[in-house]
Amino acid sequence: MQELQLKNLYDDFRDGETIKAYAKIIAEDAKKLEKPINIMEVCGGHTHTIMKFGLPQLLPSNINFIHGPGCPVCIMPKERIDHAYVLAMQENVILVTLGDMIKVPGSNGSLQDARAKGADVRFVYSPMECIKIAKENPDKKVIFFAIGFETTTPMTAVLVAQVVQKKIPNIFFHINHVTVPEVMSELVNREDSDIDAFLGPSHVSVISGAKIYDAFPKKYGRPVVVTGFEPVDVMQGISMIVKQFIEKRCELEIQYKRLVNHDGNLKAQALIEKYFEKVSLFRWRGLGNVPESGLKLRDAFAEYDAEVIYKDLFLVAEVEDHKLCICGDILRGMAKPKDCTIFGTVCKPTTPIGSCMVSSEGACAAYYKYGNLL
Amino acid sequence: MTKTITIAHGNGGQENNELIKELFYKHFENDILSKSEDAAVIEDGKLAFTTDSFTVSPLFFAGGDIGKLAVCGTCNDLAMMGAKPKYMTCSVIIEEGFATSELEKIVQSMKQELAINGAIVVSGDTKVVPRGSVDKLFINTTGIGEIEYKGISASNLVRGMSILVSRDVGCHGATIFAAREGIALESTLQTDCASLYPQIKKLLDARIKIVSLRDATRGGVSAVLNEWAKSSDVCIEVDEESIPVLEEVQGICEMLGFEAVDLANEGTFVLGVNKEDEQKALEVLQEAHKSASVIATVSEQYKGKVLLNSSWGTKRFLDLPTGELLPRIC
Repeated sequence: MQELQLKNLYDDFRDGETIKAYAKIIAEDAKKLEKPINIMEVCGGHTHTIMKFGLPQLLPSNINFIHGPGCPVCIMPKERIDHAYVLAMQENVILVTLGDMIKVPGSNGSLQDARAKGADVRFVYSPMECIKIAKENPDKKVIFFAIGFETTTPMTAVLVAQVVQKKIPNIFFHINHVTVPEVMSELVNREDSDIDAFLGPSHVSVISGAKIYDAFPKKYGRPVVVTGFEPVDVMQGISMIVKQFIEKRCELEIQYKRLVNHDGNLKAQALIEKYFEKVSLFRWRGLGNVPESGLKLRDAFAEYDAEVIYKDLFLVAEVEDHKLCICGDILRGMAKPKDCTIFGTVCKPTTPIGSCMVSSEGACAAYYKYGNLL
Repeated sequence: MTKTITIAHGNGGQENNELIKELFYKHFENDILSKSEDAAVIEDGKLAFTTDSFTVSPLFFAGGDIGKLAVCGTCNDLAMMGAKPKYMTCSVIIEEGFATSELEKIVQSMKQELAINGAIVVSGDTKVVPRGSVDKLFINTTGIGEIEYKGISASNLVRGMSILVSRDVGCHGATIFAAREGIALESTLQTDCASLYPQIKKLLDARIKIVSLRDATRGGVSAVLNEWAKSSDVCIEVDEESIPVLEEVQGICEMLGFEAVDLANEGTFVLGVNKEDEQKALEVLQEAHKSASVIATVSEQYKGKVLLNSSWGTKRFLDLPTGELLPRIC
């Protein structure tokens, strides 16, 4: 048997002929649509694919994307970025987080600025690296500023499990994990919502299963297609949504059958359940408080919870965004980056004002980098 | 400009350009400097002159070390101006406690690389600083080369010309990133770090008229193409599929969310030639690396821009890389 190569995971799913074939099918089907449809791709990863591969250039004008709030860096309210900054500036603290998070500006600056001022801020690809850092620096406290949706939560849960089981004394957690279905409900429940259907992110459902979207076709009348991240995946996902509309179906479907089923990864779900519980409210940038959309460490593990240990350091007040920044409207799907007066002028990837310009998965950053010919 | 210097100011991309233009060029301004070529051309076009400082972590990496890098980097800057590297200086700043045996290994690999270029070190300086003042070892080299071929410039590209890369792109950046703290990827990848003068000599011997030439170091192929598009006020149209990328490099890019064209190289150059020289140049380049390819043609569609054409008929601009390269989150 031929060994599986990494390129097998993407090569065919970027095939030009297949992409063109889907474009043709979608164009034919879209002629039968009674009215234009607005598809929200919930996840910033999808926004990135759509823009990077220029997919809007291949789609008819009656199919419109609404870019959703699924970018963990973008939805982080300023006060929580300030938490990270304050923690990083403590003596003998090593603040560890994932990638782009170090670029988001808070009230006093970004973690990158904190690092330039002497703070020990590190980014890792895998949270498990914290164990190595903690071992090499026994006299320092390693605080993992955990971010991300259902995709990254299990990695944090594994790290918590290791810290608890091995009694590692110098790793702590600031948890900012959020969940997808709760924020989607919030969006469809709004009176001004014009979302007709959702592209659901495949990696979230690899963990949580497609089941988390059961309510959307049934209760809210919105089709959901759980879709992969390569351009062929996205084109097929869109085609499946269009077919539902012309065939007058409203269902939960899985495009990414390579790895997603209805139930998901039950082991990962159990691990998350063991260490985390839902917070009653999590404040999202641009969306405000969304019930039960965030996670925290269970009280039994409060001794590892930096939010509890350092609570006196944090200001409780909510911090508002820059007056001209419309990241909030963009995250709600009410505006596109080009509607913003400071997009690409004052607010650029080098000097981001709003969080959507920071992460490569933010809608503004994707438009800035890839969207100049749309 | 921001109030403090950040890592992003050394990335070879937009912030780096800002720092150089708004601070150094502002105060040092003169006609030679403002040409901002890889090496300054002095003495009526007879000599090329350049300097470069080297810091890399880890100091030893697959396929090279900081010593090899320090000679290649400077010699390549000279070679990119059509010059034969001749004389070099070598300054080192060493952190207290650094192993002498490691230093000797590094100096030996410098010697080896000097031989390939036919250059010699004629002056040097050594400083030792207290622990923590530098990260192990910094090296600066300055080089003088004798110009053998005149007229290479970033601003002479016109419609119809062809652009080639000398081999697959992004190896050095991907190798260093995979070896970095916090990433811990295992791979068999090796840096492309190499002296380029021998290849340039072959191009010249084959009587190929070199229009533009630059090694794609920090900022990668993206940075070179963008600079050329601006300097020559043309559109560089890249056929995305023709850019050669090793599978391992592409794999690392997929995992971390990078683009190979943004990654640094230490032994890969971009070459602009007249259409009629395209095939001959390609043959010469492929003698050294089979992966050498024609990747773009010069047009006037969007002046000052680099355009990427996909195989499914979409197009987008390829911009300068910005910010610190950070791995994606999920």
